[in-house]
Amino acid sequence: MSEATARPLQVRGEVLSTHRVGAYHHLVLVAPGVADQARPGQFVALALGGPDTNLVLRRAFSIYRVSTRGVYGGTVEIIYAARGAGTQWLARQVQHTRVDVVGPLGRPFAPPRDVASATLVGGGYGSAPLFALAEMLQARGCRVDFVLGAASSDRLFGALDAKRMGSIVAVTTDDGSAGTRGRVTDVLPAVIERAGTDVVYACGPMAMLRAVSVVADSYGIPAQCAVEESMACGIGVCMTCVLPVRGDDGITRMVRSCVEGPVFLGDRVRWDDVGTVPADALGAPR
Amino acid sequence: MTFSVRTVPAPTAPAEPACDVTTRLGPVTLPNPVLTASGCAAAGRELDQFFDVTQLGAVVTKSIQLAARSGRPTPRMAETPSGMLNSIGLQGPGIDDFLAKDLSWLRERGARTVVSIAGSSVEDYATLARRLRRADGVTAIEVNISCPNVADRGLVFACDPVAAGDVVAAVRHETDAAVPVFAKLSPDVTDIVAVARACVEAGADGLSMINTLLGMALDLDTMRPVLAGVTGGLSGPAIRPVAVRCIWQVHAALPDVPIIGMGGVRSGLDALEMVLAGASAVSVGTAVFNDPGAPPRVLHELVVALAERGFDRLSDAVGFAHRGPA
Ligand SMILES: Cc1cc2nc3c(=O)[nH]c(=O)nc-3n(C[C@H](O)[C@H](O)[C@H](O)COP(=O)(O)OP(=O)(O)OC[C@H]3O[C@@H](n4cnc5c(N)ncnc54)[C@H](O)[C@@H]3O)c2cc1C
Ligand SMILES: Cc1cc2nc3c(=O)[nH]c(=O)nc-3n(C[C@H](O)[C@H](O)[C@H](O)COP(=O)(O)O)c2cc1C
Ligand code: FES
Repeated sequence: MSEATARPLQVRGEVLSTHRVGAYHHLVLVAPGVADQARPGQFVALALGGPDTNLVLRRAFSIYRVSTRGVYGGTVEIIYAARGAGTQWLARQVQHTRVDVVGPLGRPFAPPRDVASATLVGGGYGSAPLFALAEMLQARGCRVDFVLGAASSDRLFGALDAKRMGSIVAVTTDDGSAGTRGRVTDVLPAVIERAGTDVVYACGPMAMLRAVSVVADSYGIPAQCAVEESMACGIGVCMTCVLPVRGDDGITRMVRSCVEGPVFLGDRVRWDDVGTVPADALGAPR
Repeated sequence: MTFSVRTVPAPTAPAEPACDVTTRLGPVTLPNPVLTASGCAAAGRELDQFFDVTQLGAVVTKSIQLAARSGRPTPRMAETPSGMLNSIGLQGPGIDDFLAKDLSWLRERGARTVVSIAGSSVEDYATLARRLRRADGVTAIEVNISCPNVADRGLVFACDPVAAGDVVAAVRHETDAAVPVFAKLSPDVTDIVAVARACVEAGADGLSMINTLLGMALDLDTMRPVLAGVTGGLSGPAIRPVAVRCIWQVHAALPDVPIIGMGGVRSGLDALEMVLAGASAVSVGTAVFNDPGAPPRVLHELVVALAERGFDRLSDAVGFAHRGPA
């Protein structure tokens, strides 16, 4: 579904700046080489916790933006929520902290073959990778509209960027603290109808992706969804990050979201079966 | 303001080994003692993006079974202090696809390959060995006996010296004498030496240890198990002392049997500890998840550590800790 990508790099990065945006943190990392190859929808895997850490696994983050020029020889930016031990450590770091970066990883969003009307749907920090995507799509002459949703206004990321770039920008929050009270899928049909959407791109929690897929399906348009599965390695060697996906041959396989994703066609993912091994999956227990 | 940022991949193979690091695993000699660990390197292809896998002593593949297997539901992993739990359930392509796609790639790439095999009956293992006998590019076979034995109500082969020996004998019988057979032991037994001895008496050329330890974690928000499979295998630095103890005990009892040591190796010094305890080679597993460049780095650091301690040859360091007071 996506184009072939260059091989990932492992680089010793360094924190250039970090600041808060609402409930999230915006981190700029010096990561030479990674920026040059990165495409919208790809992610980086960071080793967090410092040299003597007891955290043995990397953490995956969508690439928000990159800059390939400038004195730092390439920077990569992410938007993250400080949750557990690794991200809380990251939130305490200041300029110059070293962070080992592996990336860019995964398959990016695939641009439409022809000029198209694209609706970009983001939930929480899931909107982060959509702005670089919007730029790429607009450079190809595509129309871009946004639907952004979050639990509350402090978890809404990038509404201003969206207003600058998008034709229509629809915002929803669960608590009504910004935009329409409700879910992204409450307003998505109206946007699709007004924009004459040809393709939906989505990134956010699994439940949102599932609902967005259903809406896109009902309009007969494809949805490219960037999923977030728990990952131990991010590079395809451990098999922790699998979910059931139907292949071109109609057969369901447990595929690795880190290398075959994170972007999947919504109608290929068996959303209702995520977290299980469907009985008809290849190699399922008999 | 200056940034000294170094790009990796860089710190890989030592330019000129200060010491002879070739190592003998029964009938086979490897150019160096650092291997990947089964299930932590797939079949080498992904890691080859980060370093040249032909630099390793060998690539140890994910355990291969007769048919494709989908593995267990997610979540399949949980991070724990200095370790992780996994319940992958041996997801893999099955022997046919493995031979056609993975082994052929490794062979063409020029990597030495230790094929790990897993089954649920003695006959499964024997069939796998027979299939491998006809394939080119198998440097050694590692028999993953930490699998439930269907014929014995699911009791794990590795926990029963008789069943473990039966599997090893069947694989040895089907395998060319030039290809060493290593039995991979589980630490979750009362007497690892008894299982080790049974495997060697059944014809194992060597022993790999240790596989993961059975563990479990609860999610304190949902107040339920974190893993969909409830229990999982614990790996990483947290288990290294257990691995060193197992290597020590088995080497003490069977000093002539080569051991591939593994369990939490993250640095060359960790590898050295296993060598001194009795390992002739070392597999790097979970550390790869944190540092995809770990295997060649561990090799480089091990060479330096051996040289610093005055060893001209790796083989002189194997089991060195068992010698009397310095
Ligand atoms: C492709 C991808 C893109 C992501 N993009 C972003 C992003 O842009 N911003 C952001 O804030 N978060 C993102 N995440 C989620 C982020 O990886 C987790 O929030 C983070 O790993 C949690 O680490 P921790 O140390 O806080 O939590 P801990 O609970 O200490 O993490 C323990 C282990 O579980 C894994 N883990 C825990 N939660 C998640 C999760 N939700 N998803 C995947 N692995 C998890 C960690 O990688 C780690 O190995 C993304 C995840 C994936 C897979
Ligand atoms: C995700 C994962 C998958 C594994 N899969 C296998 C496997 O297929 N066969 C096997 O013999 N061991 C498997 N192991 C065990 C490792 O090969 C190794 O024995 C163990 O993890 C200890 O080494 P480590 O701490 O360096 O990882 C697996 C370990 C992990 C973490
Ligand atoms: S996270 Fe390891 S295979 Fe995907």
